[in-house]
Amino acid sequence: MRTLLTGNYAVAEAVKLSRAKVIAAYPITPQTTIVEKLAEMVEKGELDAEFIRVESEHSALAAVYGAAIAGRRAFTATSSHGLLYMYEMVWWVANARVPLVMAMVTRTIGPPWNIHTDHTDLLTMRDSGWIISMAENVQEAFDLTIQGFRISEEVDLPFTVGLDAFQLSHTAEVVEVPDQQEVDEWLPERRQSYKVLPGNAVTIGNIGPNEYTAKLRYAMAKAIEDSRKVIEKADNSFGEKFGRKYGGLVEEYRLEGAEYVVVMAGAWCGDAKDAIDRLRDEGLPIGMMKIRYFRPFPKEEIKRLEGKEVLVVDRAFSMGYMGIFGMEVSSVIGDVTNVIAGIGGVDVGVEDFEAMFRKFASRKLQRLEWWPREVFS
Amino acid sequence: MLTEVMILSFGGQGGVTAARILALAAVNEGMFAQAIPQFGAERRGSLVRSYLRLSDQPIRRHSSIKKADVLAIFAEKILKIVEVREFLRDGGITVLNAKHGIAEKSYCVDAAGIALSLNLVAAGWPIVNTAMAGAMAKPLEISIESVINAINSTFSGELARINARAAEIAYREVKKCQAGSST
Amino acid sequence: MSSWLEHLIAKSSEGSAGKTGLWRTFKPVHNVEKCNRCLLCLYYCPENVIKVYHHRFIIINYEYCKGCGICAEICPQDAIEMVEEEE
Repeated sequence: MRTLLTGNYAVAEAVKLSRAKVIAAYPITPQTTIVEKLAEMVEKGELDAEFIRVESEHSALAAVYGAAIAGRRAFTATSSHGLLYMYEMVWWVANARVPLVMAMVTRTIGPPWNIHTDHTDLLTMRDSGWIISMAENVQEAFDLTIQGFRISEEVDLPFTVGLDAFQLSHTAEVVEVPDQQEVDEWLPERRQSYKVLPGNAVTIGNIGPNEYTAKLRYAMAKAIEDSRKVIEKADNSFGEKFGRKYGGLVEEYRLEGAEYVVVMAGAWCGDAKDAIDRLRDEGLPIGMMKIRYFRPFPKEEIKRLEGKEVLVVDRAFSMGYMGIFGMEVSSVIGDVTNVIAGIGGVDVGVEDFEAMFRKFASRKLQRLEWWPREVFS
Repeated sequence: MLTEVMILSFGGQGGVTAARILALAAVNEGMFAQAIPQFGAERRGSLVRSYLRLSDQPIRRHSSIKKADVLAIFAEKILKIVEVREFLRDGGITVLNAKHGIAEKSYCVDAAGIALSLNLVAAGWPIVNTAMAGAMAKPLEISIESVINAINSTFSGELARINARAAEIAYREVKKCQAGSST
Repeated sequence: MSSWLEHLIAKSSEGSAGKTGLWRTFKPVHNVEKCNRCLLCLYYCPENVIKVYHHRFIIINYEYCKGCGICAEICPQDAIEMVEEEE
């Protein structure tokens, strides 16, 4: 069905169609309307799930962890300070190899108090063992949520869908929503490597030899490495079923013959694509490699950009170094030009990108530049 | 072709809902649409901007609209608070809940009068969103039937009926208007 | 079963850390006369080596009892005495 949904309502719809059985979350702007909608669905009897009200984000993730470890498809959502408050559980869930899905509506971290997007919060999950994805539009947020359950359950790792505050969470866009039967045909029954159930007393988090920790981390490293293929497979079969295939870990946009390549992620990629179209019309050979998955990192894909002029546009900064995407990309292909923009939700539109890319192509950008320069001088 | 619309309203007048109804109406007609509330918390009584994009192509951009092709002003008083022309593209169209226009291509409608006549009042304010949606449909070339369908899927029962009526009257009564002395 | 799983979850079992009875220098000796069968010793034993039979007889498995003395400390009846092991 072709319909109009905000990013948050689209995620809620995807969770419903994925037949999640347990949902727990604590309200935080701009995430709140996801779980508000899910609570409404449960209340109306449209969704056969347990909605657990909790007193904090830490408890929210702890509750869905318990449900997921007992074999239930479980979902939570948060943003910014909520994520930071649940941070201990973020690592615990991954290290316990529990499949579940969390929507992360990206929002900057205070002070000052600010509810608008940047990617700082999401990227604090970088090393935790979660599969980290990022949507460009409402449709992609919807699709990633459904795919998230399948991918997560196949590799025994938790999965997060990042979507930008307001630009996606509260913006209503045209979304193609499949019916329940189609989703049932594509999304398998929940599977996981182990369950903890009544009558089968086991201990998680027991003390073991140091080697156990090391071996578990090694197994996780291997699992997330293997998830590359699982993600690609899911993207392909989802494309066959629903007609939307994105390209796996990255999406390539107008890379044919491109000498200049922009690397970025999130809702503003749409604005940047419109800018790229304008510059292409003028004959400038520019394209984009959109990062869809930050973990596992698309190192092979990025490697293909060797020999090109690469601009990484970051919405998050690693204090004391450079943009987070910037340093990750340069770890693969060496020096890149790195622009830091849109921090704290500062609006960056088509005209801004056009000007930025023009400067980039004429080599007028510094290696590391906060955009726009005049604001920061 | 991409049409970018900005709605200036006071929080509580229903600017966000109007954008959603028009987006839904456009989607009903097979178009692509995007409705964006002013990013941030809802603020009753203060000036609120909402955005609407319509296109025959998928809409990819997500940034706010700085200069609109069509600018809707939900209350005459807004003209005294902000220099609204700053938000209008050269040659753009304005739709006003007012007696006089402000640009060459202006459409005026007494949306408050229509709302009051239908008793569309909440907390003492006339709720002008559906009347304004009806009026905006004219220059946006969206059929009134699609707007009514969108209203019916947004509201239910008697509320849907009255709001559909408000849109219908406004669609009929909205007129091209000249810049007046009151501005 | 995934190979990593055995490092992540554990099923409690007697002697999972080896013959802990070898660690013992003092052994708990149960006095049936003083004991009122409150069973606190059973609940406090960290090695789960105290068993009760027929709600009456308390048996300590010395194979795995490491001689920590918690049972003697907790016993409200002083019915458990720690006795030095003989060579």
